Amino acid sequence: MLNIKDLHKSYDMGETSLHVLKGINLKVEKGEMVAIMGSSGSGKSTLLNIIGILDELDEGQYFLDGIEIKDLTEKKSANYRNKFLGFVFQSFNLINFKNALENVALPLYYQGLNRKDRLDKALFHLEKVGLANWASHMPNELSGGQKQRVAIARALAAEPKLLLADEPTGALDSNTSKEIMKFLQQLNDEGKTILIVTHEHDISLMCKRIVKLKDGIITEDKKIKQHKIK
Amino acid sequence: MLDFGLLREVLQSLNKNKLRTLLSGFTVAFAIMLFTILFGIANGFQNTFENEFAGDANNSIFIYSGRTSKPVDGYQTGRRIMFDNELYKTIKKEFNNNIEFITGRVYNNVTATFGVERNNYTVRAVDPDHQFIEKSEMKQGRFINSLDLANNTKNIVIGNLVANDLFGDIDPIGKYLDLNKIKFKVVGVFVERTEGTDSNEARIIYMPISTAQKIYGADDKIDQINLTYNPALSEQEAMAFGNKIIDRMKEILFVAKDDQSAIRARNRAREAQEINQFNGALAVLVLIIGMGTLIAGVVGISNIMIFIVKERTKEIGIRKALGATPNSIVLLIILESIFITAISGYIGLLIGGGILNAFNLEDYWITDPQVSSNLVMAATITLIISGTIAGYIPAKRAAGVKPIKALRDE
Repeated sequence: MLNIKDLHKSYDMGETSLHVLKGINLKVEKGEMVAIMGSSGSGKSTLLNIIGILDELDEGQYFLDGIEIKDLTEKKSANYRNKFLGFVFQSFNLINFKNALENVALPLYYQGLNRKDRLDKALFHLEKVGLANWASHMPNELSGGQKQRVAIARALAAEPKLLLADEPTGALDSNTSKEIMKFLQQLNDEGKTILIVTHEHDISLMCKRIVKLKDGIITEDKKIKQHKIK
Repeated sequence: MLDFGLLREVLQSLNKNKLRTLLSGFTVAFAIMLFTILFGIANGFQNTFENEFAGDANNSIFIYSGRTSKPVDGYQTGRRIMFDNELYKTIKKEFNNNIEFITGRVYNNVTATFGVERNNYTVRAVDPDHQFIEKSEMKQGRFINSLDLANNTKNIVIGNLVANDLFGDIDPIGKYLDLNKIKFKVVGVFVERTEGTDSNEARIIYMPISTAQKIYGADDKIDQINLTYNPALSEQEAMAFGNKIIDRMKEILFVAKDDQSAIRARNRAREAQEINQFNGALAVLVLIIGMGTLIAGVVGISNIMIFIVKERTKEIGIRKALGATPNSIVLLIILESIFITAISGYIGLLIGGGILNAFNLEDYWITDPQVSSNLVMAATITLIISGTIAGYIPAKRAAGVKPIKALRDE
């Protein structure tokens, strides 16, 4: 599903350059649920951005579902993001002037589906996250947990091969966090490949594999027994 | 790419961000409103000038006589100069090439009586050409013709107000009108469309010049000679032509060449030149101010678009993360910009037009201050183009923003 070989990434900081990722090798199979851990500055967000085709790598190779992600035009990378990837962000990133249903339907709009199909499909995914009754509500009328579930529904709407979550529980209280993680586990059980960036230990234990990052290199990569939320 | 869904996206974004839409719309509407009012007022000025002189053919020369102010050949100053038939014929013959129409005028004041109705009017005794020089339009019957002139007929043509005053609902054609105890037959009723049907011109009575000279003891004297020059002449040529006639007349009537008061001429060519110069200057001024206003509007909307794009950086980042191509982002923003400029521009146009219509500005030399539909079209097209330009640069920048940067933008 995902194969990263000797990945390097630096950021230009004016006169000096910051070497953020210093040779990452990572292989993720279909159906895995991986937690990428590390303190801030470890390079975990940068890694996620490169995996998410939101940023470009400097050196190395990155294969997504067998396709090498390299020197893409803006249009092509937009296309790949739309087809392959679903994003869940810490701050939800819903569009605040669109209601829940329209937010979920947005990636389908960029897939070129017609309006009726978009809304039907969006409603199906909203139902899956248990928010069908909230379809016409605006983001500011939803709780944090609900917003994140809308965001997950939106990430799923385009039926991506890989779900990327950047601190998905970072803005939520512990009960709501559990609820969201439980839902992600369910999705994983259904076969969805999920990558979660987190710095919370207990969240990482709810995944099946933990990759630890420190100063731009992987210091630990182990499979664990998943802590299932009841 | 330009599908119904995109339009829906644009409308939703405008509708859900009302304050933003209103603010940017206001800038454009205000600029266009000023633009409309300015152009309307300038047009109003031009209309006033045109109306002011529209009563006569615009290639006319009116020649009046007065008293001499300079001695010449033993003649003293203060001598009354009179035109006569001889002079009229000479001028007509010598300058035939460039004279379009020519007429003499003899004035008289009369008391006109029909039945019990009676009133005082000015009689203008003229040649048949007069109709075309004064642009008189026949409402009924005919004007004075050459047969009238040859036979010294007692036929008259009356203004529409004379007909109203004396005849009321009675058809005046063929009726006899008593002018200072002499009966004249009404053969026509005229209106002065350009000067208005209620102007003094509508209270004029025309009769053949030969008849007037006979009846009123004027012999062969003529008070005034009016003519129109060949319309093909340029303004400069027309001025020169007018001067040549005056010089010739001075020669015939023994008037000093530099005597300004014995023979005077009102040449429309000079007036037209002055008005054209004034209107030209006005048009340039209005164009500069109008363009300035438009540019201010475009700059305003550009600023707002830059602000809007900045404000929407995050939204754009989200859209890009969800698979929006840069082109779709550019199109979205430009379309919003065009929508705002076109619609609010049109509103500004309506408000400006409304303001122009709401006030009666005729006391201030502004007549019928309208903007032409051509100008409206041009302004609308300018708006759409400027909306595109105003939206394009910020949109292009927005589309180039890396989604991660945009998403971090809090």
